[in-house]
Amino acid sequence: MTSTWFESAADATARLRGVGYLTDEATALTAFLAGALEKPLLVEGPAGVGKTELAKAVARATGAELVRLQCYEGLDEARALYEWNYKKQLLRIQASRGDDSWSETHDDIFTEEFLLTRPLLSAIRRDTPTVLLVDEVDKTDVEVEGLLLEVLSDFQVTIPELGTVTATRRPFVVLTSNASRELSEAVKRRCLFLHLDYPDAERERAIVTSQVPGLDDKVAAQLVDVVVRLRELELKKAPSIAESVDWARTLIALEIGDLDEATVARTLGVVLKHASDQQRAIKELKLAVG
Amino acid sequence: MSLLDTHIGFMEALRSAGLSVSLAEGLDAISALEKVHWHDRETVRAAYAATLVKRQPQRVTFDAVFDIYYPRLIGSGVAGEDAVPGEGVRDSGPELDRFREALAEALAAGDRQALQDLAVEAVARFGAMPGRGPGLSSWSAYTSLQRVSPSELMDRLVQGLLAGGLDEAQAQRAAGRRVGDFTRMVEGDARRRIAEEKGPEHVADVTVRPTIDRLDFTAARRSDLDEMRREIYPLARRLAARLTKEQHAQRRGPLDVRRTVRASIATGGVPLTTHHKPKRPHRTDLVVLCDVSGSVASFAQFTLLLVYALREAFGGVRAFTFVDDVVEVSDRFRPGADVVEVMEGLAASISHAALWGRTNYGRALTRFAEDHPDAIGPRSSLLVLGDARSNYSDLALPVLADLAGRARHAWWLNPEHPRHWGTGDSAADRYGEVVPMTECRNLAQLGEFVHKIV
Repeated sequence: MTSTWFESAADATARLRGVGYLTDEATALTAFLAGALEKPLLVEGPAGVGKTELAKAVARATGAELVRLQCYEGLDEARALYEWNYKKQLLRIQASRGDDSWSETHDDIFTEEFLLTRPLLSAIRRDTPTVLLVDEVDKTDVEVEGLLLEVLSDFQVTIPELGTVTATRRPFVVLTSNASRELSEAVKRRCLFLHLDYPDAERERAIVTSQVPGLDDKVAAQLVDVVVRLRELELKKAPSIAESVDWARTLIALEIGDLDEATVARTLGVVLKHASDQQRAIKELKLAVG
Repeated sequence: MSLLDTHIGFMEALRSAGLSVSLAEGLDAISALEKVHWHDRETVRAAYAATLVKRQPQRVTFDAVFDIYYPRLIGSGVAGEDAVPGEGVRDSGPELDRFREALAEALAAGDRQALQDLAVEAVARFGAMPGRGPGLSSWSAYTSLQRVSPSELMDRLVQGLLAGGLDEAQAQRAAGRRVGDFTRMVEGDARRRIAEEKGPEHVADVTVRPTIDRLDFTAARRSDLDEMRREIYPLARRLAARLTKEQHAQRRGPLDVRRTVRASIATGGVPLTTHHKPKRPHRTDLVVLCDVSGSVASFAQFTLLLVYALREAFGGVRAFTFVDDVVEVSDRFRPGADVVEVMEGLAASISHAALWGRTNYGRALTRFAEDHPDAIGPRSSLLVLGDARSNYSDLALPVLADLAGRARHAWWLNPEHPRHWGTGDSAADRYGEVVPMTECRNLAQLGEFVHKIV
């Protein structure tokens, strides 16, 4: 059973690296455990450190298909689990024009044909390996959490008209959260927890160079150095890996071969998105505004 | 002690340190440990962390408890026995010189493994203390650090790093970080040895600090305060998210007939979904009056920062600081202003708020009522922050009663534990009769309170 996902932590590291996702040991181990124990994996951390990307990388590395449920405020059962296509049902009733008896019609309109499956149900019903990504789970309401609870603990869904659908093959579930709201203890208890943080300088350099081919090693080192220093400052939004990568792409586009102070000051807008953060950075890093 | 005993003890220690670890999670941890190899301590740590720690702020506590229950090594370890031969004096002048030389080299190289070994040696050699009873021994991180004094090596380290091609500021930062790491390693090793002598339960109870959001404002160290300040914006963001969600849930106002009918056209005139008019949320004007005298200054700053970070939730916010005189500081909080600058501005304003420099609540309240009579109205709410320690001066209770009577709501936040209220020069009990007083000792309580008043 374990062979569906990863053999061991080292295997997870190697295979994720193979698809361009560089992990640290704890991440690889937790990803391996999530597969081995068949438990959902709750990933938390600041924006842009690769939480969503982890799920995608697992899907790529294991050849599984990714089913994604993007959470937002007001998401309900009808859009997360399943829904009856009532317009089609209405049409069906109108088309029959009362020729059929009620019981026939009733049996007829609650069949697969009129069922609209939404991400949670389709992830459970698939019999090929599936990675289910529940993105930004902290954005949902508490009711959806209750729904997730049912799905994630037993991997089954009960549809009154059709019966209970049980997963033939448990999907690899990744939940991501920006911690804008505390999730309930019940959800947390059922999940493995992983906190993704900013990487150390070494790994960040590796990530930037692998994501942005053609970046000079010297520039990459300079860039990572500046980003690390920025993170030490007291900023409203510290730059994350996504921003470092964007910055590297910017430098390539501008054909800059050396990241000196003036360049840093000019392109700071790519990494820092608050005006006050930029001023603070210019002051603290003593940049000459060119 | 068997492996299972250690595991159970570890669970117990985590629970008493404030992590809510359920039985199910303990079982998860065991099944996770079955899947991994035990050859690497960090693997075991990561497996435990993935199954037991469900909130990042608790990670620090978890790591501390883990180090006590699953120590890195026992006694002085293999390396230590070579370094500390049984005969002769352990702690001698030449030994100290030799040790500091080795430490300087390891610091300059930034070699973590070497530093870790040296930390073990430092405690073994310089930190041994006689224990309470015969045959017992104890260990002190403080004594070892005093003898070794790694901070004196700072200058040398900075020089070395400068020669290595770093600039001044970078070298200072790197040196500070490495010396700090070493200090923490020594502290950790002393904890480990004490745990070995006395049993881990004892150490876990005494040395593990509460997580940052449960830490008392008054007990916080400088580094804790910095960390707390970083927590303010995430906290404000969480509160704001929660607020919009709750307001959204209550927003179902009266039926919007026009939109409902319009939507029903798609379903042949059957109104399958109803639409409602939004409700307008009520917003309060908030007037914050804070004591910024030395004892409670940091508490006042945190509360002000949090209130201003949530500015959108209030109709308007005015802030006044006082020691024995009142100054308005509302203009320091511009939208999008930089936190560090705001804090500096606030610190500067304290000098204006003090005439004689002794807290005098009575005088401050009277001055506030005289100078800013327009601040409090029927639409505004009054929030007083302070420990109500007024140096036995006049309390001006009628003035406060009048202010509270004019305002829509009035609250008093006190950063002291309720058992200290009314002791010594604290007038908390008497003010508490006029204005409802709430205990607010840490970030978690502060967040709860601010959420309640919005």
